[in-house]
Formats: sequence, structure tokens, C-alpha cells
Amino acid sequence: MMVGGVVKSMTGESAQRAALGAGAIVMDVLASNDGRLYHEKVQRIRQLRPDMILLSGGIDGGTITHVVELAEVLEAANPKPRLGINFKLPVIFAGNKNAREPIKERLGEITDLMIVDNIRPTLEEENLQPSRDKIHDLFMEHVMAQAPGYKKLMGWTDAPIMPTPGAVGEIIKKIAEAENISVVGVDIGGATTDVFSVFQKQFNRTVSANLGMSYSVCNVLAESGFNNVARWVPFNMDETDLTNRIGNKMIRPTTIPQSLEALIIEQAIAREALRLSFEQHKEFAVHLKGVQTERTISDAFEQTSSGETLVNLMELDMLVGSGGVLSHAPRRHQAARMLMDAFLPEGVTQLAVDSIFMMPQLGILSTIHPKAAVEVFEKDCLIRLGTCIAAVGKAKSDQVMLQYEISLPSGIIVGDLKFGELKLIPAPFESLQAKLTPGKGLDIGAGKNEVLNTNIYGGVVGIIIDGRGRQPFNLMDNTEDRVSQLKKWSEETGEYPQLENSNV
Amino acid sequence: MSRSYTPGLKILARTKIIKKRQLPMKGNVHLKIGDIVKSDTIVASTELPGNVQMLNVANKLNIEPENVPECMLVELDESISKGQIIAESKGIFGMFKSQLKSPIDGTLANVSEITGQAILSEPPIPVEVDAYTSGTITEVDDEEGVTIETVGALVQGILGIGGENHGILEVVTTSPSDELTAEMIQEKHKNMVLVGGSFLTKDTFEHASKIGVAGIVSGGFDYTDLSKILGYSLGVAITGSEDIGPSLIITEGFGRISMAVRTYELLSSNAGKFAAINGSTQIRAGVIRPEIIIPSERENGEIRDYEEADLAITDGSLIRIIRAPHFGKVGKVKSLPAELTKMESETLVRVAEIEFENGEIEIIPRANLEMILT
Repeated sequence: MMVGGVVKSMTGESAQRAALGAGAIVMDVLASNDGRLYHEKVQRIRQLRPDMILLSGGIDGGTITHVVELAEVLEAANPKPRLGINFKLPVIFAGNKNAREPIKERLGEITDLMIVDNIRPTLEEENLQPSRDKIHDLFMEHVMAQAPGYKKLMGWTDAPIMPTPGAVGEIIKKIAEAENISVVGVDIGGATTDVFSVFQKQFNRTVSANLGMSYSVCNVLAESGFNNVARWVPFNMDETDLTNRIGNKMIRPTTIPQSLEALIIEQAIAREALRLSFEQHKEFAVHLKGVQTERTISDAFEQTSSGETLVNLMELDMLVGSGGVLSHAPRRHQAARMLMDAFLPEGVTQLAVDSIFMMPQLGILSTIHPKAAVEVFEKDCLIRLGTCIAAVGKAKSDQVMLQYEISLPSGIIVGDLKFGELKLIPAPFESLQAKLTPGKGLDIGAGKNEVLNTNIYGGVVGIIIDGRGRQPFNLMDNTEDRVSQLKKWSEETGEYPQLENSNV
Repeated sequence: MSRSYTPGLKILARTKIIKKRQLPMKGNVHLKIGDIVKSDTIVASTELPGNVQMLNVANKLNIEPENVPECMLVELDESISKGQIIAESKGIFGMFKSQLKSPIDGTLANVSEITGQAILSEPPIPVEVDAYTSGTITEVDDEEGVTIETVGALVQGILGIGGENHGILEVVTTSPSDELTAEMIQEKHKNMVLVGGSFLTKDTFEHASKIGVAGIVSGGFDYTDLSKILGYSLGVAITGSEDIGPSLIITEGFGRISMAVRTYELLSSNAGKFAAINGSTQIRAGVIRPEIIIPSERENGEIRDYEEADLAITDGSLIRIIRAPHFGKVGKVKSLPAELTKMESETLVRVAEIEFENGEIEIIPRANLEMILT
């Protein structure tokens, strides 16, 4: 779908959030200040032929000129829906309520216009739900109704049918609520990657269209670049060979990696798809922009502004992965490493994966029976991989990153971790006491140079102590050094034990 | 006996081909059911709205937006020409009037008293849809398009770029494993559809484009060369609107891969005949494969198509491997074990035991097999 707002970073962004929150793919954001000329906007609308448009703009009672101007651009484009030559394009207006009449005059005849409450009634308030509900209804009526078998499916079930990102978001929200924790969830698919987060009780969801493992795998390569994919591969790769292999996965999306080499390449791309999707999510999951905040003298030295990201990795309690490449990785250690390398969790973070891609179903169940859904999620859906512990801050080579003292069922384990090292400590999923002392100038969650006494959990993989650095995290530039570094980390974490004896 | 369903591309010597030819928006259909068409017959036409220009009349005439309608000198939908005065301010006591000239030929589409803008529309853009292949009209959708039925050879590729084209089919390599090189493409190949073997480079493609070749069919092509031809990296396999000269269809995949013998032989047996080629591809729900159609309504012979059951591999089925490490190899299914098997990647999968032409036997995931339909 397309969304429109007067100011791109304010109502435009709110409209985008509403659309993404409803599970839609946003093809473009039109705004009065997007730098495009009128005829370019008209051309763009005609060219994209979206399934629907969400038009917002202006706070209630504010000026109507700019949002009417956007409506005039739509009117001039006279857009036709992609599906069904006889339909009118659904347009949802969620802007300044004073603009409703002029909007009706312009779009009432030529589009299937629906009016909902303003998405941004005041600068300080965002009201996404009415728009989200309408997008969802329209998606079901106009788009899904064209999908083969949809009518049959409707006959089979009394429960509402939800798009996958919507359902996964529901279960992530429920788990954050039930355990009172900050969560990041990711669902990596063949065509898209959805990222969900709950920080400071605020839920955000992004759908990164065209960042996926099969249908859009070449787009991951195009967006990340050859070097970023190759940096995760522990052997030398010829660029033409790698790009042809990835291209062949795109055109034959249902194939699976038979050789170890193919698996490693696939998991390298997965890291980049996850990283790029998370980058997009961080940019989008922000505090409202344009809000006037009162500052006291004590705030004068803090360079914070509205529009700052809500995603704080040090605050993150749990990272949950879903989707074939994570859920069906031949070794859980590989899933843990992919999550760590892509998201770079900071401090102490639990890692988990969806066992058999059950999260969408549990999301639906949670709308009917939330308690049952959370229980199944905990007991059967989540595979607890373990915990990642990573100190944050600039470190020198050979510096001690962390001193740890962990009470395992078998006894207390004590040790040091140096810069550039990764260490796996097998430990079961139970509460384990830990004393974590960060290296000089580093932070493990209690503040710079502060000791953290906490309870941590193991899992099917265990506790992975990551001394590779955060802010910054860098891999070696020299290919030979990097390959040997990757092999060492792989060996230490049980990622590809067969690598040493293979021909790769 | 075990059965397993795999994807397969259609390689058919003589089959019924049905093509829907639709307008992008409502218009006129020029033919009726039963009419015989040639590939270049125009079956339907319409007019797309012309490009628009927004003119901020209020700003230009220095007046309030609500006064704009009364200052317009032309009515809505009235034709206007470039340089024509289309708006005039009232001035002061009828003096010091400002005027505004139209920057385009077209019509006045709209005037807004809120934004003070006038929308000018350039003349509509005519669009015609041709028949693409010869055949008979079997259905007419009022104002939308027609359905054409024909009989002929149909070859589907795995990926194409460029839209519809047509020309006489010519095979320019001597075997399906030969590379199609620039030296093989000559002036006489202008407007023709050329069949190569395993590979062609970007330079060869550009040479063909310079000569004016209508289409190229090859076993493989490099992804990096494709990006260079397109000017961007192809992120998702949804193509058809590229303006690149010849339509390009690859039948096997990226890299240097011999064209399947059956495909090569079928195309070779149709050399010298008229072919319609379409590179449009969509590898998503509602899959669209690129295709080469060689109509043969006047010839006789058995008409064949595939049933779903034909896509089921069983013992003895002829298959091709579609992923490394045996990508491109052809073999026969020896058995389809029921139990899951661990691959070198440690992935647990359903497999097939495959016997290659040289007698070697390998265990391959069933998901990495493609049925060769004979």
C-alpha cells in the first residue's frame, strides 16, 4: 500500500507506522515535503498501483491546505487498483477532521473513500488503531479475497483470519506483557522479514518487504553488498560464483542446502537479511517526532531529541527468532550465532527460537484464549537457546572484556574473556547466579566499570560469552585473518563442527 | 510405489495455448468471438490519462486561493494550448492585471479554491494491445480484453527479462553446451529470436542488441552481467517491463549451464518458424514463467498438456538437479526412500536416490529435483 502525510517525518511516519502495524507492505510515502514535484508524485501513484492508500495529514483543527493538496495529487493520478479493473481504489482518510468535506469532494467519487479518526489528533498523540483496523479489514476484503482458497478457508473457521505479521505481533505483545520484559522478535521468511519489539511497553512492528531468504534473497545481496555477505563466510568465495548461487536460490526458491558450503552461504545471507531488517526497525520504532518537550537545566547537557529510537539493546531481555532459516537450522548453535551476529545484543540477553514455526498460530489463539497461548508458547513453542553476554564499549586487543563467575549445577565456574574471544559454557535452562565484572571502561548492564550480579539462564546451546566488542563490533579486514577468526568462533561455539573435516 | 511432487517447466511440442490479452484500464475491444488473428492484430485499445501538471495559480497571480476559480478564463475539461492565457487576476480597479499562460497543450482538469492550484492534463496516451500470437478469439471481456486460443509448441524458461517480442526462430549454436558468442550473431539475425546453448556474456547480449535481435534463449547467464544490463541488481524475480532491446530468456539458471537437451531439440525442430517470446517472469504467488510460443494451428498432430499427476516423480522418472553440488545434472530416480536422511549440511530431508547417465548414484533432497516432462 501507499501512505501519505503532510510532513514526512510526522504524519507521514505515523501513517507508515499504522500501515506496518497492520502487517502491510509500504511501497512509498507521499508527503508535501518529500522533495518530489507534483507530476512526479502523480506518476509514482499511477506506476505503483497500490492495493490501497492511507492518507493522513494535519492535527485536528489545524490548517487543511496541505492535506487537501495531497488529495488533489491523488485525484489527478486517479489511481486504479492492481486487482480488479472494475473496482475503485480504497482510500482511507485519517487526517485533520476539518478536512473531511473537501477530501470527500475530491476523492468521494473516484475512489472508495473511507474516513476514520485522525492518526495524529494532536502533536503529542498518535492514534493508530482506527487506521490499522480499517487497513486490516480492507486487506481481508480486497486483497485476500483474491487469494486462491481464501473463501474455502473462511468456511472452515469461525475465528478471525489474520495476516502472519499481525498474528506473530500478538504473541510477542502477550509474552512481553506476561513476563514484564523487553522483547525483540523476528520472523524471517522467503519474501519478507518482520521485526517486532516491545520496549518501555511500546509495541512496534516493521515488515521489511523484499528482505527474505528465497523470493527476495537477491535483494538482500543487492542491499547489503557482496562484501557484507562474504564477511560471514569462513572460506574464500568468488563474487560471480556467490551471486550466481544466490540468484539460483531466488529463481528456485523451494530448494534446500544439501552441502555444508551451501548452508554456510545461506546462513551468511540470513545474518544480513536480519541485520538490515533490524536497522529498518530501529529507524522506525522511535518516540513521536515533532513533540514539544519541556526541558530543565539538568537536561541541557543531554543531547536527546524527539524521534530517538526506542530500541535499546542493553535494555533488551529476550530475542526470539522464527522462520525456516532459524527454526530449522540443523544445529541450534547456528541459530544462536545468526541471532547474535545480526542483532549484536548487549549486556545480558536471553536467546530463543520458535520450535516449529508456531508463533502465528499462537498469535491467533492469544486473541481467543490468551492464557493458553502464553502457556503453549512457553512450553512447546519456545526453544530456549541460552543467554548471550556481551560487554559494550571501546576495547583494545588483548584487553580483558569480562570476568565471570557463574554458579552452574555442577559447580561455580570462573574465568576471564579477552577481546575477540567467544566462549560457550554449556548450561541448562534454569536460573543461575552470575557475577559479571566488565573490563576497564566497559559496560555489562550495570553501568561503565560496574559489576553486575544477576540471574541468567542456559538453554539447549548454553551461555555464550561474547568478547568481540559492541559499539564498535568489527570483523577483520584481511580475508585470511577474517577466515581464521570465523573458523575459531565457529569451533568455539559448536556452529559447524564438520567444517574442519570437510572440503569447504 | 512412492510419489513426490516437484516443480517442472513446460516443454511441449504441440499443445493448446490460451492467452488473455487485457487492457491496463477500460477501453474498446475491436474483435468478436471466432475472429482469427495474427500476432500483430490490434485486439483492444484505450487511452491512459495524460501526464499532469499542477499550477499554483494563487501564488502566480498573487491572489487568495478562494479567488482562483473566478479568475480562471477556461472551463473545466476545456482544451488549452501552450502559451494560452488561462487565468487573469482582477487587478486594482481593473488595472494592473496579472495573467497566467498554460505551460502545456491539454485540458484544464481541476481548480481548487483551497490550495489555489489548477491541474492541467496533457493529452491522453493511446495504448494498443496486440494479439501477441496468432489464433482464434474464444472470449471477449467487454471493454477489458480478449482470450486467444492457439495450438503450437510451448517452451517455458526459468527467468526472463524484457517484455513481448517476436521473430523467426534461429538456432545459432551447434549444441546445447556451446556458448553463444558475439561472432555467431550477424546482421541477418536482425528481428529474429536466437537460440544459444549454455551461456552468453553481457558483451554478446549487447552485440545482439546493436544488431536488433528480437529475442535470445540461453541455458544460463551471469547474475552480475544481468545487473549490468539492467543498470541495477534484480532483487526479486518480477520482470517484464525492462527496456533492454532483445527479450532474454534463460532456461536453466544463473551460471554456465547447458540447455536441457529436450528444450534445445524442440527449439531446433522449430527453427525457421515464427516465434512469440515473452520475458515476463513472476516468481511469487501467481507464478508467471517466461515463454516461447511457436504457433502451428495449420499443422496436424496430437495435442498434449500436463495433468497434475504428470508432475509426480516416481521410480524411473527423468529429473534434473536444480541446486549445487550437482546443479544441472540429469538422472533417473532409482528409489524414493520414505525415511528422512541427513545431508552433509546436517539438514534432515526427504531424499531421492538418483542414478546419473554415467551410472553414478547420489542421494539428493527431493526439494532439489525438477521433473523433466517428456
